[in-house]
Amino acid sequence: MTLSELELERYSRQLLMDEWGGQAQDRLRSARAIVVGVGALGSPVCTYLVAAGVGQVGVVDGDVVELSNLHRQPLHLTPDLGAPKADAAAAKLGLLNPEVVVEPYPATLDAANAEAIVMGADVVVDCTDSFESRYLVNDACCAQGVALVEAGVVAFEGLVLSIRPGESACYRCAFPVAPPVEGRRSCREAGVLGAMAGIVGSVQALEALKLISGVGRPLLDRILQVDGHDMSQTLVRTGRRPDCPACAPE
Amino acid sequence: MPRIVLNGERTTLPEGATAADAVRASGADGEARGVAVALDGEVVPRGEWRSTPLTDGGVVEVLTAVQGG
Repeated sequence: MTLSELELERYSRQLLMDEWGGQAQDRLRSARAIVVGVGALGSPVCTYLVAAGVGQVGVVDGDVVELSNLHRQPLHLTPDLGAPKADAAAAKLGLLNPEVVVEPYPATLDAANAEAIVMGADVVVDCTDSFESRYLVNDACCAQGVALVEAGVVAFEGLVLSIRPGESACYRCAFPVAPPVEGRRSCREAGVLGAMAGIVGSVQALEALKLISGVGRPLLDRILQVDGHDMSQTLVRTGRRPDCPACAPE
Repeated sequence: MPRIVLNGERTTLPEGATAADAVRASGADGEARGVAVALDGEVVPRGEWRSTPLTDGGVVEVLTAVQGG
C-alpha cells in the first residue's frame, strides 16, 4: 500500500521518527483494533489509535454518558449527556480522522458475546471497569489468540500489562485470583483524577501501537505500575503459569 | 533478620521471613488475592511465596491489581 498525499501530511510527524516508517504506518492502516470501554482509559486510547491511523477501530460500550463521567473522559462532551458512549465517541473520532473506519458497538461485553467481539482483531485494548470484565476479555483474547493490552486505574494508581496469548503471561497468569469484592476499589468508590487515567490510557495506546507496528518493545512478560502521587514507576518481570486456565496449552 | 526494601520503604522482617511474609507486611489482605509480589524485579509465582526466603538487600514490590477504567 502507498500512502496518499493527505495521509503523508497527516502522519508526517510520526513518519519522521527514525523507528517509524511507511511500513509501520501501513501496518496500522491494515490493522483492526477493538477498544472495550470508552471511559477514562478508553478516551485517550481511542483518540490516539484513531489519530495515529489504525485502519479500523471498534468501540464497545453499553453505557450512556453521565455528568459524573466528564471530568475524566475527555472524548465525551457536555452535549453528549444521555447519549450512548459508543456513538458519542465514534462521532468525534470520525471527525478527528476521516481516513480510518470507526465502528460503534453500543453493547456491554459479557460471557456470551466476548469471543465474538474480539474475534478477528489485531489488538484488543481493555478499558473496562471491573475485574469480571477484565477476566472475560483476557479469556476471550486467549481463546482467539488476539493480542491484548490490559490496564486499570484508580485514585493515583495505574497498572499496565501487554499480552500475546501463548507467548507471554496473560492477565490470569499475573493475577490468578481477583481481589475480594469488599476490598476492591473502583473509580466509583475510590475516585480517580482524569489526568491520572490519561497517563495510564496513553501508555495503553502506545502499547497497542507497538504491538500492531512491531516497533519498540511492548510490556510483554512485564507489569508496569505507576504511582501518580509521587510519580514513581515499578516495572517487574513476570512469566506464564504452566497451569493457567486461560492460556496454558490443553 | 533480613533488611529489605518493601514497596520503596526500608524495613526489617523476622528471621526466616519469606515472600509470603513480605506480602503480609505490605498490608495486603489475608489471602492476598489480586496481588503479585516481585523479588528483585522478578515476580514470584504464588505457589513459591512460602518457600522463597528473603535476604539482606532484597527489593520486594507488592503489586495490587486495580479495576477502574
